[in-house]
Amino acid sequence: MHAIRFKIRFSALVAFLGLFLFSVSPFALAQEPVKIGLVAALSGNSALSGEAINRGLTIAIDEVNARGGVMGGRKLVLVRRDDESNPAKGQLAARELIEQEQVAVVFGGIDTPVSVALVSVMQELKTPYMGVWAAGTNITHHGKTPNYMFRVSVVDERVDTALLQYAQKTFGAKKPGGILVNNPWGESNQKGLEKASAELKLPLAGIEKFGNNDVDVSPQLTRLKNAGADSLILVGNAAPAAQVMKSLDRMGWNVPVVSHWGISGGRFNELAGPRYKDVHFVQTYSFFGKQNKVGTKVMAELKKRYPEIKGPADVLAPVGVANAYDGLMLTALALDVAKSTDGDKIRQSFYKIPEYEGLIKTYKQPFKEGDNDALNENDYLWVKFEGKNAIPVAGK
Amino acid sequence: MISFDIVVAGFVAGSMYGLLALGYHVTFIVSNTLNFSQGASLMFGAVMGYALHVTYGLPLPIAAVLAVLICAVLGWVIHRIAVAPFSKNGSIAWLMSTIAFGIILENAVMLTFGKESRSMPSPLPESPIRVFGTGIYPIEIMIPIVGLACAIALSLFLKRTILGKALLAAAQNRDAALLQGIAVTHLVSVAYIVSTALAGIAGLLIAPKINVYAGMGMMFGLKAFAVAIIGGMDSAIGVMLAGLLYGLGEATIAALLPSAYREIIGFGFVILVLAMKPEGLFGHRAAQKV
Repeated sequence: MHAIRFKIRFSALVAFLGLFLFSVSPFALAQEPVKIGLVAALSGNSALSGEAINRGLTIAIDEVNARGGVMGGRKLVLVRRDDESNPAKGQLAARELIEQEQVAVVFGGIDTPVSVALVSVMQELKTPYMGVWAAGTNITHHGKTPNYMFRVSVVDERVDTALLQYAQKTFGAKKPGGILVNNPWGESNQKGLEKASAELKLPLAGIEKFGNNDVDVSPQLTRLKNAGADSLILVGNAAPAAQVMKSLDRMGWNVPVVSHWGISGGRFNELAGPRYKDVHFVQTYSFFGKQNKVGTKVMAELKKRYPEIKGPADVLAPVGVANAYDGLMLTALALDVAKSTDGDKIRQSFYKIPEYEGLIKTYKQPFKEGDNDALNENDYLWVKFEGKNAIPVAGK
Repeated sequence: MISFDIVVAGFVAGSMYGLLALGYHVTFIVSNTLNFSQGASLMFGAVMGYALHVTYGLPLPIAAVLAVLICAVLGWVIHRIAVAPFSKNGSIAWLMSTIAFGIILENAVMLTFGKESRSMPSPLPESPIRVFGTGIYPIEIMIPIVGLACAIALSLFLKRTILGKALLAAAQNRDAALLQGIAVTHLVSVAYIVSTALAGIAGLLIAPKINVYAGMGMMFGLKAFAVAIIGGMDSAIGVMLAGLLYGLGEATIAALLPSAYREIIGFGFVILVLAMKPEGLFGHRAAQKV
């Protein structure tokens, strides 16, 4: 009886050891997928942005997996969490993804407050973050080293310079006025505009703020008009920015308006009245016009996967798709260089990525120590609405 | 410099506050209670108007009438659920329960209608009329006209009709009114019905101007309450005039100072009125029998 029990225990021990050895063998590791996290708004008002990012990531992940995965054969798997545009929920989700799911990299969404809240989590857990939408300057410029926060998107500070330069070049602006939403994003852009104004020696007529619930922005606009503003720099999301355009229409003030990309995330063309067509705004990519090789490939994939997409007009939130696609491709290259899912090794590998022909541009050393933003003002594209479509008006 | 633009902007915003504040006035004079879900009721009127007209394709006048009727029913529900169970015992729990009702309504709309803003077509021409170089949308002329008409109608209704007098009697002495055979509870229900119907009208008028979204009523509700306090809770005309005054004040402050000062000075003025003239600028000090 004892002998039988001993045999059973011995067999169990052998089986356990066998499983253990198999699980740590290079063969087993080669099969284990590398998890990529996404913490973004997947529900609520910004759900469209989350869906666009999800589409860009999924197409890129499938492409990487189809050519054999990363690090010599490991497939990529996307693990998504909804932050509901809430910084506290974003922090919890990122922590859970890193500690429980053991994701190698966390991708972020549209909300600057959520991304800013994630800085402390990513820095503490030494895991790289890839921002593909939120533009707040302090997401990648937070003063902590080593810096785990990377981004393939616009940066407020650089956008502000580009906004003023565009107003100057396109509309001959000599004294632009800023009309900004009264929140931390508006504050971030106020600093950026003041800095850019000094650098470009382009004086501002003034900077005015409007609230998300303002009925009429005429008083603030009247102040700018009286101060001699010859163009307006608009920073706000679609609905409140629409009130600015309605107020301009009511005042009969035909001033050129150059806008940050907040207006692209809602129904601006529907809400802003007849003046919606007058706003030129910044984007990183458009599926309209002649596409490069990667653009043609991604557009074909979008049409194949989402039957409602018949052409570029049907690609909602194209910047979310494009930034996420390039962000994932650059991350896959970093993983190949790192040959490890160790957070610090991946972070260092982002600086050693070889040249990559992407969707938005050909990246030549996209990230450098001290500059974790892959895109700059030379990569921005200028568009305006024609109906619900954002049509390019000036290229890169 | 105060331009005609600013006067128009202030006048329009002020008449919206005044119209909504009439809802606070009507429940207060009848039952000494307030419906703090007025802002949510305004939003509900706009959302119903949008759903019936844009989503279900009903002609705008029919959609508007139905939306106001739905808001009237909402007022009855608010009274039965969030006010009557507490006010009959002399409790002030209706204060919290009406706020809670508003929050529930707003979140229910977010779940069903979504959080995104929608554009509501105006029943009037959508191009501004130029007056002294300033554009005025026809709907902006209609808002103060409707607001003042509602205030005058409400004032006449309360002073000249049997039902109106019964409402006031119920407010002055509930027990005496009951002894006279006045169905006080039903009358308070009527006050709530009128209150939310007014909010619905305000919502429908405002919607083409500020678009429709679940959170559109919150700040309006708060400012309308401030206006009701400034005007004096017991005066319909006073409330409407206070609304215009508040709107003009806001626009002037925003034109002269950075816009952040607008709320500081606006709500600071409310505190000042509460301290200096608690019955409001146009209200009457209540006589107390001792």
